[in-house]
Amino acid sequence: MSTLLKVENLRVSFPTHRGRVEVVKGISFALGRERLGIVGESGSGKSMTGRAILKLIRKPGLVTADKLEFEGIDLRAQSEKQMRSVRGARISMVMQDPKYSLNPVMTVGEQIAEALVTHQKLPRREIEARIISMLEAVRINEPQRVAKLYPHEVSGGMGQRIMIAMMLIPEPELLIADEPTSALDVSVQAQVLDIIDDLVTRKGMGLILISHDLNLVSRYCDRILVMNSGTVVEECAAGELANAKHPYTRGLLAAMPTINESRDELPVLDRTQWAGT
Amino acid sequence: MSMEPQIGTAVPSPSPSIGAGKRWGRRVQAVISFVVTIFLTFLGLLAITFFIGRVIPIDPVLAVVGDRASKAVYEAARVSMGLDQPLYVQFVQYVGNVLSGNFGMSVSTGRPVIADISRFFPATLEMATIGILIGVALGVPLGVIAASRQGSWLDQIIRVVGLLGYSVPAFWLGLVGLALFYARLRWVGGPGRLDIFYDGLVSPVTGLLLIDSLIAGDIDIFWNAINHLLLPAAVLGFFSLAYIARMTRSFMLDQLSQEFVTTARVKGVPERVVIWRHAFNPIRVPLITVIALSYAALLEGSVMIETVFSWPGIGNYLTTALLNADMNAVLGATLVIGAVFIFINKVSDVLYRVLDPRAR
Repeated sequence: MSTLLKVENLRVSFPTHRGRVEVVKGISFALGRERLGIVGESGSGKSMTGRAILKLIRKPGLVTADKLEFEGIDLRAQSEKQMRSVRGARISMVMQDPKYSLNPVMTVGEQIAEALVTHQKLPRREIEARIISMLEAVRINEPQRVAKLYPHEVSGGMGQRIMIAMMLIPEPELLIADEPTSALDVSVQAQVLDIIDDLVTRKGMGLILISHDLNLVSRYCDRILVMNSGTVVEECAAGELANAKHPYTRGLLAAMPTINESRDELPVLDRTQWAGT
Repeated sequence: MSMEPQIGTAVPSPSPSIGAGKRWGRRVQAVISFVVTIFLTFLGLLAITFFIGRVIPIDPVLAVVGDRASKAVYEAARVSMGLDQPLYVQFVQYVGNVLSGNFGMSVSTGRPVIADISRFFPATLEMATIGILIGVALGVPLGVIAASRQGSWLDQIIRVVGLLGYSVPAFWLGLVGLALFYARLRWVGGPGRLDIFYDGLVSPVTGLLLIDSLIAGDIDIFWNAINHLLLPAAVLGFFSLAYIARMTRSFMLDQLSQEFVTTARVKGVPERVVIWRHAFNPIRVPLITVIALSYAALLEGSVMIETVFSWPGIGNYLTTALLNADMNAVLGATLVIGAVFIFINKVSDVLYRVLDPRAR
């Protein structure tokens, strides 16, 4: 399996009035054309990892890494201008909440078109055709009508499918999905993830699925990284999650309720070893 | 409008002609409600000016007949002015008078108030319009630049300029401007709207010298008017610039931290486009409010600037009328300024709907 992305010793830090605080503390992983899940609780640094790969951490945030390679390109050495031709076109990211991540004063069609024409010049007719077929690919009925709507006129689930269409239309090789379903209703979550899964598999892309939902990640990913307070505590195949060894992962698994529950109380994660962080 | 059932969306395939007809119906409805609200607001304004005219301790009859008139003359004048009628009748008469353009006579100038206003207001209108154009043309880009480079030296300079605009007194800036650019450098014309030998050469059509001189085809007068207008308008523009730049900066900072701006960056959109298309477009609506309010404030007439530049504007007129207890003039000018406020507010309401799909 060819390596798509290679990350070694990635660190992200922000200055505060009490000195620099590291939110990602030297994580390393490699990714092929596969589905990698990153799980962890709030503040574990999983979203920052996603944004650091796209070099979207803005000053005064600081990103360092021994290696940050995408298809042989050293992302660390890329200028802002060179990064722009990577963003969207080769690595893309689905954001968390369509209510905030879609521009409120542009139509859905305009926003999707922008993702495409930023990277390639195409005749208008072809752009329109591609938008329509992309909207169909994310299972939106009446794509012609939806393309003319504004984000406040669509539902959350539809907004997220529009987001996916927008991020996949330039046909990137790697998609980072940063909690793509956290803002959605449970009944819509599976639908949206199925769409992502389907498109990623069909186009042979790499996927990084960032989530705090262990079940969801083990269902949709091949491999899982478990993060806690900026470090990777466990890395395993999705099927092996039940046999995880690290106490943090074990604690998370133990805290999950199951359908035939006989426990009166769910155990709480023992945080004594992380006290003071 | 939203109360009616949305048949168009419920029926699977509504015929396009019905949809279009409905939309036109809605537009017509919107225009009608627009006109009605303008009229009602104006009526409210009339009620207020009428009320002010009745409660202030100035006797309009005395102002006309003088304090040595006999009882009989006083009474006769009171009846002829309609002041013996009940209040609501007086109000109806007042509204009728105003709507037919009769604001009464000005005691201090001895001419109809409407004639005075149509002479003084265009002078203010001209100065305020050029002033707000300067303020917007410079203030908005400066605010955007400051926000997109937050913390840089450019941002600091823009913020200092904004602070100066807030804290420097207008008359001082006007005087220094006159001393430097008129008295010393001779770059601009002096006080007044025109040089003395051009005065009264163009017949007033709109009252705006820039337009009237072009209508008359007299380019010399046009340039002379611009020459005189430039400095006071620039001083006014500087004050609105300071406010507009400051507000633009804070609106922009707010937008730049929004998720959809990150989305645009994820798509690989160039930073210039991120700033202008994604961050600036959504703030046009609040900016319009800011600009409309500063424009209205300029149209009220800046007494300080008008005095320093001997500008025959509405601010000066209103102040003089107030000091002379010239009630008809005060109420007339107040009414005109109020009407301008209503008009500007309504125009910005319309612009909201054009610019923000959520307000449609």
